[in-house]
Amino acid sequence: MNHLFPILTALAYAASFGLYVRFLAAGNKLTGRLGTVLLGVGLILHYFALLERSRGLHTVPYHDLYGSMSLFGWLLALTYLGLELYHRQRSVGALVLPFILVFFLAAQFAPADRLSPPDAHGPTFAFHVTLNILAYSAFALSFVLSLMFLVEERLLRSHKLGGVVWRLPPLELLERMSQSSVLVGLVSISIGTAFGFLWVYRLSDKYSFYDPKYAITLLVLILYAAYFRLARTGAWRGARASKMCIFNFVIVFLSFTVVNLYLTHNHRFF
Amino acid sequence: MEIVLVGLNHRTAPVEVRERVSFNAEQTRRAAEELRARGILEETLVLSTCNRSEVYGVPPESSHECAPGLSSFLSEFHSVRHDVLSVSLYHHYDQEAVRHLFQVAAGLDSMLLGEAEILGQVREAYRFAHEHGATGPVLNRLFQGALEVGKRVRTETELGTRPMSAASAGVKLAERIFGKLSERKALVLGAGAMSEQVVSQLRDRGIAQLHVMNRSREKAEELAKEFGGKVVAWGEWDTALQTPDVLVSSVSAEEPVLGRDIVARAMAARGNRALFLMDLGVPRNIDPKVAELYNVYVYNTDDLTEIVQQNRNARESEIPHAQGIVEEHVSKFLSWQASVELVGLVDALRKKLREERAAFIRSRMEPMKHLSESDRAQVEKLMDEMLEKVLLEPAQRLRGERELRRKIQNVEALRDLFLSNREKP
Repeated sequence: MNHLFPILTALAYAASFGLYVRFLAAGNKLTGRLGTVLLGVGLILHYFALLERSRGLHTVPYHDLYGSMSLFGWLLALTYLGLELYHRQRSVGALVLPFILVFFLAAQFAPADRLSPPDAHGPTFAFHVTLNILAYSAFALSFVLSLMFLVEERLLRSHKLGGVVWRLPPLELLERMSQSSVLVGLVSISIGTAFGFLWVYRLSDKYSFYDPKYAITLLVLILYAAYFRLARTGAWRGARASKMCIFNFVIVFLSFTVVNLYLTHNHRFF
Repeated sequence: MEIVLVGLNHRTAPVEVRERVSFNAEQTRRAAEELRARGILEETLVLSTCNRSEVYGVPPESSHECAPGLSSFLSEFHSVRHDVLSVSLYHHYDQEAVRHLFQVAAGLDSMLLGEAEILGQVREAYRFAHEHGATGPVLNRLFQGALEVGKRVRTETELGTRPMSAASAGVKLAERIFGKLSERKALVLGAGAMSEQVVSQLRDRGIAQLHVMNRSREKAEELAKEFGGKVVAWGEWDTALQTPDVLVSSVSAEEPVLGRDIVARAMAARGNRALFLMDLGVPRNIDPKVAELYNVYVYNTDDLTEIVQQNRNARESEIPHAQGIVEEHVSKFLSWQASVELVGLVDALRKKLREERAAFIRSRMEPMKHLSESDRAQVEKLMDEMLEKVLLEPAQRLRGERELRRKIQNVEALRDLFLSNREKP
């Protein structure tokens, strides 16, 4: 397999990360813009890296854990870039890029030769998986934003400002960005799950409707819907909502790891 | 192509002198015209702010020679006795004048280190002079460089980013919570000088709505009228605290005027929307226990003073970085200046060598009358080619190599070496 795209992608993401960190530290607008441009370049290169990998292995990116991680990283970058452009706020980039880089680099250690030939799952299944991974990446982003909110809120309340607080996004903007991200996640997970049920319905002789993954996905959906509602109401707005968002992501993480690996048969694709 | 600067600022002149030597727009235009008409300067730019009045110029002769004339002009123009003015004036020439302007644009020479307004004032002064045809190639280049320095210092260093007064620190903190204040509401308790300072800052940041509450309604109305706000009756806490996002308190009171219960009730009524309280009163106007409430941020005078001190230290620590940017651009400007002068020098040298060649041929060809016209022309052509060859490489290198220009910035030495006074460009 050609390693050009993965290497260029890693370089673009790493350079973007460096620029975002520099932007956070010094506030140079040009540096921030360059960070965004390089993230965009990284996204395009990452897309071709995914495409090349899929062609080389004759399978879809989400067929194995490593491909899924790479796709997760790509969707995380895409969601973040969308939010950055929508909210015109770059200070979060320095905290999101490490996650994107880790997922992308981890995916490069794939033992590709161990892959078994994939089943022909079809486009419904592809939409189901891709939209759910998009939802998880959006939830991951809201997790980072909520964490950032709590740290900044703590610094402001304790009056320990230091140098970086003046560069961080305003608290209310972090809240709004987190809610936007959750909204993307909610829409994606709802449609993605509907596609999943449609796919199972078509193959009901092969797959069961009774799977712990369904229950935890429903729980995730309810928890994030509750967050979305409560984050705008009196008693919860602010730090409490952010804590709830972090808790919700712990459930997502459990769903993605423990449930997928040990409790479900239908969703153990890697 | 020398540069001269004559001026005074907050360090060299008391306010009584500064205000007499300041220029309004009309005076700026007239001074520039007169300076050029009298032949004191060829290019002129007047920079006048509340803390400085400076005249930058390119004199027709030596900058050192024109400085006394410039001082006398200022004295005459503003009708200030020369002996009174001269003790406050500073004179800078060439490299020092360039460095001074770049430091001014960077905010390094300001009363409040790193203040942002000066860059706008430099930009405006340049625009005005340029529009009125007072500047030329040297001052254009100089002031474009200064604007670049100012911009770089503001984007690449922390010199101008952090607030330097309690009022601005408080307003900036509010922005850390709410973002832009253009859709936010503020309530100000008290109508004294401190409140006025904060209200002015809030207005500058575009606060959407301003309410003023004061024991003396008359004073509250005065402040509200000045800044386009509304007056709220003193003590009506339950209604007054429902709407604002930012509350600034600066009243004289022995006991806190805002207790925990009052704010807790208000927070419940406003659905826990974040509330930023700036307590500038001494003794404190807000009970410290208010800070325990959910989504309430309280900063008192000591907190804000500490932030200002931290910011001052942070700004001072950025001086070497900013100074580095200034020096980089000083060097760039001097290199450009040298390149322009050196190109002139090369042209003058070429002219001199051609004259020498003509005289040389006239004297040496006399005994060689046996040569035909075409042979003579051939010899002349060969000598021309040799001269061009001698001059071509240095001329090209001078145009292309910034480092070389920097090394030979003292062009006068080269002029003295090759040309007599009469032949200098």
